[in-house]
Amino acid sequence: MELLAFGDTGWGDELFYATLMTIAVSITAMIIGFSFAAIFTPLKLSKNRLLNFIANSYTTVIRGVPELLVIYLFFFGGTGAVMYVASIFGYNEYIEINAFITGAFAIGIISGAYSTEVFRGAVQSIDKGQFEAAKVLGLSKFAQFFKIILPQVLRLAIPNLSNVWQITLKDTSLISVTGLVEIMRQSYIAAGSTRDPLFFYSFAAVLYLLLTYLSMKLINRLEIKYSRGY
Amino acid sequence: MDLELMIGSFPKLLSAAVITLKLLSVSLIIGLFIGFLFAILRLNKNIFVNRFAYGYSYVFRGTPLLVQIFIIYFGLGQIEYLRSTFFWVILKEPYWCAIIAFALNTGAYTSEILRSAFQTIKPGIIEAGQSLGISSKIIFYKIQIPIAIRQSLPAYGNEIILMMKGTSLASTVTLMDLTGVAKYIISTTFKPIEVFIVAGGIYLFMTFIIHNVIKFLEKKYSFN
Repeated sequence: MELLAFGDTGWGDELFYATLMTIAVSITAMIIGFSFAAIFTPLKLSKNRLLNFIANSYTTVIRGVPELLVIYLFFFGGTGAVMYVASIFGYNEYIEINAFITGAFAIGIISGAYSTEVFRGAVQSIDKGQFEAAKVLGLSKFAQFFKIILPQVLRLAIPNLSNVWQITLKDTSLISVTGLVEIMRQSYIAAGSTRDPLFFYSFAAVLYLLLTYLSMKLINRLEIKYSRGY
Repeated sequence: MDLELMIGSFPKLLSAAVITLKLLSVSLIIGLFIGFLFAILRLNKNIFVNRFAYGYSYVFRGTPLLVQIFIIYFGLGQIEYLRSTFFWVILKEPYWCAIIAFALNTGAYTSEILRSAFQTIKPGIIEAGQSLGISSKIIFYKIQIPIAIRQSLPAYGNEIILMMKGTSLASTVTLMDLTGVAKYIISTTFKPIEVFIVAGGIYLFMTFIIHNVIKFLEKKYSFN
């Protein structure tokens, strides 16, 4: 227990901040994932073959390639890509990208591929009559989507999105290879300096279990909220 | 685009893919045994047995695979007692540590897949067997198990693909699997995109093969 003391003598506060970091990266990645899903879901559902192909390649490639490989691509390639873009605008200094941004972006792209599939499935399982009824009521396209389709999509998508959240949360452990101090990285540091890996990795496992357990509780509440009337 | 590097690294990555496939197949076979065992324990009416099996699958599904590998590879070596037993022969090898972690992990998911498959078998099928006077043992082996296997094929196919991606974590415990070699080439040449295309292509090809084999099996053993 001494090892977990707060302050200079133990690793309690470090691990606490690391847990907050894991939560922050997971939420950022989830939001980035949603933005990707917002772009790619319509492409997936569109009748245009080319757009379809683009969206399908995105989800197939990301879901078929290990997360770690994607993270390495961003870790080693991210700086180069940003510097290349910057050099087009005439900026030639070295740019160091923050590990948080690289990690959240890499995990976000992965999470986005799963979210896209979830949203596609949810939109497709909405009754055609709902779209027609929305049109017949003479609502604007904007109102049709936000007032009629989206609430129903959310209700259908939430259970599967909770799976995506769990995957995303667990994937953030892989960002530790880039040096971002989240739960895994902090446990690695603590295990190295105390020579007690068994304790710290087991504690990391407990922290992850706690996070998955608490988030499940929260999501269940959301689920109840969005299925009112059913 | 550095085409030369892509062509040059292809054979290296391909031979690393063999290690990935080895890791995958060994852990899937062990995981399948574990999965079957725990699925049957989950269906047991004894509450302790039941809870134990549920706890196992909850812990392994609720924590990242990376933590599991690290606990087994770095953590277990710390226990003095283990070092003096026969297990140390296995536990000092990163290869076996990775396989133990993968097998326990996929075992947890497989047990959930099989459990839900067992539970969705219509009671009428079992009743039909009973009314024909077939012993409950034979009903289990000849009726319930084949139906459960067929039911769980699509979900198990996904699990195989997830596990194939999971084997990439073997590279974190010094094993040179496909991802490990890819990382090595990236960090020596600083050409991440080229290497990603080749390594990712090999992974996608394996995903494609697994996907189609499962699809074929599903069709072959469909009920219609």
